[in-house]
Amino acid sequence: MRAPPMTTTTAHRLSELNVLESEAIHIIREVVAEFERPVLLFSGGKDSVVVLHLAAKAFWPGKIPIDLLHVDTGHNFPEVLEFRDKTVAAHGVRLTVAKVEDYISDGRLAERADGTRNPLQTLPLLDAIAAGRHDAVFGGARRDEDKARAKERILSLRDEFGQWDPRNQRPELWNLYNGRHTVGQHVRAFPISNWTELNVWRYIEREQIELPPLYYAHEREVYRRDNMWRAVSPVSPPRADETVETRTVRYRTVGDMSCTGAVDSLAASVTDVVREVGVSTITERGATRADDRISEAAMEDRKKEGYF
Amino acid sequence: MTLTIDTQANTADDIVATGEGTLFRFATAGSVDDGKSTLVGRLLHDSKAILADQLEAVTRTSNERGFGGDSGGIDFALLTDGLRAEREQGITIDVAYRYFATPARSFILADCPGHVQYTRNMVTGATTADAVIMLIDARKGVLEQTRRHLSVVALLRVPHVIVAVNKIDLLDYDEAAYREVEASVRLVTAELGVGSLGFGDVHVIPVSALVGDNVVDRSERTPWYDGPSLLELLETLTVIDDRDASGRATEAFRLPVQLVLRPQGAVSVAPELADSYRDYRAYAGQVASGSIKVGDTVSVEPGGGTSTVTGIDFAGVDLDEAFAPQSIALRLADDLDIARGAVIAAVDTLPPVTRTLEADLFWLDPRPLAPGARVLVKFGTTLMQALISDVTGRLDLTTLGVEPATTLAVNDIGQASIRLSRDLPVERYAQNRRSGAFLVIHPQDGATLAAGIVTAPGEPTRAGDGSGAGSEVSP
Repeated sequence: MRAPPMTTTTAHRLSELNVLESEAIHIIREVVAEFERPVLLFSGGKDSVVVLHLAAKAFWPGKIPIDLLHVDTGHNFPEVLEFRDKTVAAHGVRLTVAKVEDYISDGRLAERADGTRNPLQTLPLLDAIAAGRHDAVFGGARRDEDKARAKERILSLRDEFGQWDPRNQRPELWNLYNGRHTVGQHVRAFPISNWTELNVWRYIEREQIELPPLYYAHEREVYRRDNMWRAVSPVSPPRADETVETRTVRYRTVGDMSCTGAVDSLAASVTDVVREVGVSTITERGATRADDRISEAAMEDRKKEGYF
Repeated sequence: MTLTIDTQANTADDIVATGEGTLFRFATAGSVDDGKSTLVGRLLHDSKAILADQLEAVTRTSNERGFGGDSGGIDFALLTDGLRAEREQGITIDVAYRYFATPARSFILADCPGHVQYTRNMVTGATTADAVIMLIDARKGVLEQTRRHLSVVALLRVPHVIVAVNKIDLLDYDEAAYREVEASVRLVTAELGVGSLGFGDVHVIPVSALVGDNVVDRSERTPWYDGPSLLELLETLTVIDDRDASGRATEAFRLPVQLVLRPQGAVSVAPELADSYRDYRAYAGQVASGSIKVGDTVSVEPGGGTSTVTGIDFAGVDLDEAFAPQSIALRLADDLDIARGAVIAAVDTLPPVTRTLEADLFWLDPRPLAPGARVLVKFGTTLMQALISDVTGRLDLTTLGVEPATTLAVNDIGQASIRLSRDLPVERYAQNRRSGAFLVIHPQDGATLAAGIVTAPGEPTRAGDGSGAGSEVSP
């Protein structure tokens, strides 16, 4: 592993990134120490890649003592899945994949009218948590992503239905995390809660963390829908009235092809992206996620139902 | 009030938050009509932390509700009220965290609602804060709730307190009226001991959150005020971890051990290096206070062992020195019996272990505290059974005086005697903010019942009392 620059602005003062890094490592170690069967939700998206990197640091020189779980909507970008498998192999961790497709083909879930499958992930996720008897589930969610997530705890208790009750959350005091839970309950743990999108990119730059290539500018066949560039693919075909064109784009978030939009960008390197994110006037979810535009409370509603 | 969405505001020169600056955490508190949400919205907006799509959504909702009449005004409160119920009822329910940055530093803001479960929210925000901004209405001055909030801030020893005297525009920027409020603020903070116990400072600023006076920029309408704007103050106050003038940590070194790293062959390092890590053993944790160097002598509790630091690891990087709040792994010269829950400390700085203590409890659960309650307590990385043997009083939050009480209800702050099931090196919160703080947890359902701060450790456990025996609780 590359030596991290332990830069301090003055003697005995940690820089912002180093404070956030140490905070995240502390959270990861706390959860691994206090829980029996922790699992990390790993999609190959930048936030989960950063959490995995932090977990590797937390347990160095040992292997990461956490299993990985991915809920595959069946609409994931192929290059992201390829990256996911390569990363899992490199870290020597075990990955379980829960497939939305399986649920649709045997009728446990029905395809939505709008074709988007992100909301369908909740049931396979909860089943996989139950099947793996996981009592703690790490996620890469950040509080700056959304107004509902701004009220999320670092350790967030869920009932057996995976529900989040925002009005009845445990107070989070000092850096003392309370992981006590009863049978059937589990805890969601968000080690990078306090990171912003820019922090994440600065960290990726500093630590030279590899990401799926679609985070960087590339040429792609796209069409305009809901003020976003949507990729042409078998699961997200253009309608008759939508014009396909080839543009230089990149993705700020990586999710389901059916609801994730690309943005016009020439940012081909991590340094370019840091620069772009630093001056952006649009939030990453506002820019690229159709599923969060359904209503102002879209994320809150999905979180209450057990979404991550 | 009219705001235009200025997409040209951010230029390449505005790229902030290089990641190498400092991170400053602060909380906001105030009564329901003091304009706190407006102040937070103003701070975020004027420091350009609100992005165009967020502003667009808020503007749309503001217009739908007729806020600001024909002026196209924006209800800033909509920016922080994240939950559907909050937006529908126009109230803030839970602590919300906001992030923004200026070229000077990055900020984490804990926005604490003042009316529902205010103690719970204040305590949550204040325990991690470098500073608390207390909002008061210039027309009303110091209210009972202001005193209560300031009492919580004083007890939790928040390093910096900023009292923002809001709605100064409604007093026509009258200096005499402001000075009167300021004087009463100074009187109350002195009475409650805020900033007078050597742990912090108090700043008073006249502001108008609605108009923007002294929030980001100094206002021309308050020429009689020569202090900094709110944001200028936030950019210059020192960060929480105690330092002396030379930048050295002033609290003694404490490392609560989270886990022991012993990969025993299951290593992530390159295969050719694997052999050299076969017998690797290190104690992982986040430095709670102070600093440590390779070669330093340390003591360990429980057990009372002593050893020398042979290495400080940070994910493959050898450090010569580590300090709070770094997450590290410590290697020692001797093979001591150290497990999760142990504390590694600078030699001869830990107090003797004890099984009793006196504490202030911030009671946060709707179920009242029954005397004799059996609970769990979490100190650092130690979780153990405990008994709240006695409630000795309740604090009158308007004066911080003690009144008699035998039980505590939600939002009460009380004094209690606690018996521990195991030996613990107990430290006063006034001496060490990290090791003197603890959680009180319900033994069955796991709810966080109270935040506790140690006011006095009990008698040291006698030698031969069976140190280390007792019931460790597995999580």
